[in-house]
Amino acid sequence: MRNNPFIQTTELQEQEMLAAIGARSLDELFSEQIPPSLLTSEAGSLPSPCGELELVRRLKDLASQCKSATDVVSFLGGGCYDHFIPAAVDHIANRSEFLTAYTPYQPEASQGALQAFFEYQTLMARLYAMDVSNASLYDGASALGEAVFLALSVHPDRKRVILPFTLHPHYREVVRSYVQHLDVEVVEIEHRGGVTDCEKLKEVAANEAAAVVSVQPNFFGCLEDVDAFSDAARRANAVFIAVADPLSLGLLKPPGEYGADVAVGEGQPLGLRTYLGGESLGIFTCRWDYLRRMPGRLVGLTRDREGKRGYVLTLQTREQHIRREKATSNICTNHAHNALRATIFLSLVGPQGLRAIARKCARNLALFKSWIASESADAVAFRQPAFRETVIRLNTNANVVCEKLLERGFFAGIPLEILGPAYEDLLLVAVTEKRTDAEIKSFVKALREFLA
Amino acid sequence: MASDFGKADVPTLFEESVEGRVGVSLFEEDENTDSLLENVVPQCFRRSLPLGLPELSELQVMRHFIRLSNRTLGVDTTFYPLGSCTMKYNPKVNELTAADERFLYTHPFQPQRTLQGILKICFELCQWLGELTGLRGVSLQPAAGAHGEFTALLIAKAYFRERGESQRTQVLVPDTAHGTNPASAARCGFVPVAIKSKNGKVDLDELQRHIGEKTACLMITNPNTLGLFEDAICEISHRVHEAGGLVYLDGANFNAMVGRVRPSDFGADLMHINLHKTFSVPHGSGGPGAGPICVREELAKYLPVPILSCRDGFYYLEYDRPHSVGRVRSFLGNIPNVVRAYTYIAQLGYEGLCEVSGFAVLHANYLLHLLSSSFDVPYGARCMHEFVIDGSRQKKFGVKALDIAKKLLDYGYHPPTTYFPLIVPEALMVEPTETENKETLESFANAMIEISNIAETHPEEITDAPRTTPVSRLDELSAARNPVVVWPNV
Repeated sequence: MRNNPFIQTTELQEQEMLAAIGARSLDELFSEQIPPSLLTSEAGSLPSPCGELELVRRLKDLASQCKSATDVVSFLGGGCYDHFIPAAVDHIANRSEFLTAYTPYQPEASQGALQAFFEYQTLMARLYAMDVSNASLYDGASALGEAVFLALSVHPDRKRVILPFTLHPHYREVVRSYVQHLDVEVVEIEHRGGVTDCEKLKEVAANEAAAVVSVQPNFFGCLEDVDAFSDAARRANAVFIAVADPLSLGLLKPPGEYGADVAVGEGQPLGLRTYLGGESLGIFTCRWDYLRRMPGRLVGLTRDREGKRGYVLTLQTREQHIRREKATSNICTNHAHNALRATIFLSLVGPQGLRAIARKCARNLALFKSWIASESADAVAFRQPAFRETVIRLNTNANVVCEKLLERGFFAGIPLEILGPAYEDLLLVAVTEKRTDAEIKSFVKALREFLA
Repeated sequence: MASDFGKADVPTLFEESVEGRVGVSLFEEDENTDSLLENVVPQCFRRSLPLGLPELSELQVMRHFIRLSNRTLGVDTTFYPLGSCTMKYNPKVNELTAADERFLYTHPFQPQRTLQGILKICFELCQWLGELTGLRGVSLQPAAGAHGEFTALLIAKAYFRERGESQRTQVLVPDTAHGTNPASAARCGFVPVAIKSKNGKVDLDELQRHIGEKTACLMITNPNTLGLFEDAICEISHRVHEAGGLVYLDGANFNAMVGRVRPSDFGADLMHINLHKTFSVPHGSGGPGAGPICVREELAKYLPVPILSCRDGFYYLEYDRPHSVGRVRSFLGNIPNVVRAYTYIAQLGYEGLCEVSGFAVLHANYLLHLLSSSFDVPYGARCMHEFVIDGSRQKKFGVKALDIAKKLLDYGYHPPTTYFPLIVPEALMVEPTETENKETLESFANAMIEISNIAETHPEEITDAPRTTPVSRLDELSAARNPVVVWPNV
């Protein structure tokens, strides 16, 4: 008896199949085709088999060695947020058919998935007020990397990409990684009081920029003067790439309203879990003119032989499996299932729900900032308009404060030392719609002794 | 109303929308909201355009997506022998363990002492992948196979830059390779050079002609996309190394040899692994997968930051890596899939993994044997985990590989990969995986043989297929000529 539930072939069937193909054993199938010196049977550090009962116990034990936002009141954000997810999202997304299918290469067998991705594209285009969206990329940071490649393909003779320092540091790092082998200069524009220095931006962008990147809200939660970015890009005739948080668009001006050529974002707030930052969705939208330069899968509407409506993967000549080295991107597998979750999430919350969640985030942040300000006027690091997130100045190193607040049941926020030693007394605090007034109040109280 | 639910058209979310309907109960807005919002988000920052999202009830949303799921075939629905994609069964216990609330709601910026369990999973998975490949430097960051290729090639680039060998601009790619290989090479600023194969394998003479001072890497898929093990792989690697180049292994076909062959032993220096192929992560209708990379120890210093480390039993993220190529995405990687793959390896153990490759190869050979009397078999009677048959015999009757694929849908099967690799004209690339049973392989073979027989007598029955799916054959040409990629705004 085989004790492997995922091998259905019985020992008798194994013998029958071996006889039919004229082989004596499984091992012989390998030794016939592979030089014997390459065959190994050393387990090394690999584990021994484990039954399901014990397996579940073991994983449960590992999970118990973690704390999460279910145990601790979380004020963590920084590109990964604890937002409300309606129960029906899991219920639908866990349907086996969606989970165990692959990229819909055979459209007649995949109309459901294709229609869902077509709907996703439509939802993203509308949310960002852009003409078109692809069917997803990996995450917001790599979506920006792709957008920068698009800009460089539009302006092959230009060698500069302009980023605000207030962009999420991971996004800035990814852009640098993505272009490290090219003769491209990545210029970061400093901030003043939490928002980008727009005078500086204008000056730098004017000089042969291929792309100007804006971000809304920025890494500090502050709202940028996106029109200034738009102007700077327009004047330089550069591709204007807007990074925007999709949930904030329930309240904030969408990239299409301020002239973006390409708009990207991280879709995690739309029904995805924080999962150590590992449940991500790269949103990529653009103007119609750039449709054929887009990276990734794209679903289009068509008809079958009887004239019935149907969906197919389209404009595939952009893609690697057809165009190989001349493709617009190397992407193949994308983040389809996470896009599906976002589609279900937006279908459930609708326009009223998205607006309500965004307003609640902003309202909770306003409440938090006003309570902090009433404790200490100096503790609000940046007095700019903001969304969901803000920076608090402390009287000591922020890591120390986070450890202390953890003992009192809070994930206090992100110590901004990650931006450099000058930021070591700054803490980035996110206040989503899930935080109650009582939680915010007790958090402010716990922070009191550490405020600058 | 049609009774066959799978076939009935499903209107789009936007057509189903009814003004004033809500799908979720949220919160009453507090009275002070407007005044609080005045300061934090002044009017000039606010949206003026409508959101354009549909207004639907929860029940409407449920029915909409359940109907869509009924119009989607997955591995849980039927046999899905899509070559090079390793559509194996996805164990449900992996879904259970990956859905633990303590994992779901962890945050990447939590203090690391509150993340020990999940960091241990990441760390041990790195070790296990290192053990299976013999390449001990591992990063879980890449989000998919192609992302892994790109990241590994950035590493190769950094390696040559540091050695002062920036003249190495070429990446050799055999003509059987996946399209992502040349695309990833081009992305990294390399020039891909196609190497013609001979009898389905890399032609050593042809390779020799292209190897030289400009060679940065050979990107090789082994077993290759014809399902053949490159038995000269040691010699191939040797020649690339002699010339100062690196050998990159595309790990898409790792399921063929997991547990039995360590790629480092045949000279691979860098590779990616698709957790969604070999390690049973569900494909999710096209992702998210995960494409961890494994590299030789001397290349490990170039891996993306951060990497996972362990000191005195404490798991932590290490950022101080001056030679690193940097980040290739935000945070750490597709962690839910890391937990799934970890669960899979922990359950099967080393012995189970050897059974995986063993039965993957047995099933492919058995199916190839069943099909070989009715279809042209261009590359012999033995294969690894997948094989390619050629529909040229059927094409004489006017039935193309595409038609055979579509007809299979009427038999209830997902078709194999078609027209790939490009060197076989009417290619049907079949990968049955270890998780299917003998009965399924035989029924599938019978369907294929029947299709071949019908092709000879009534070819129109095949070219007219599919007939049982929700839609008949779709007009892909006009979709591309006149693209409609969003539902129009009213």
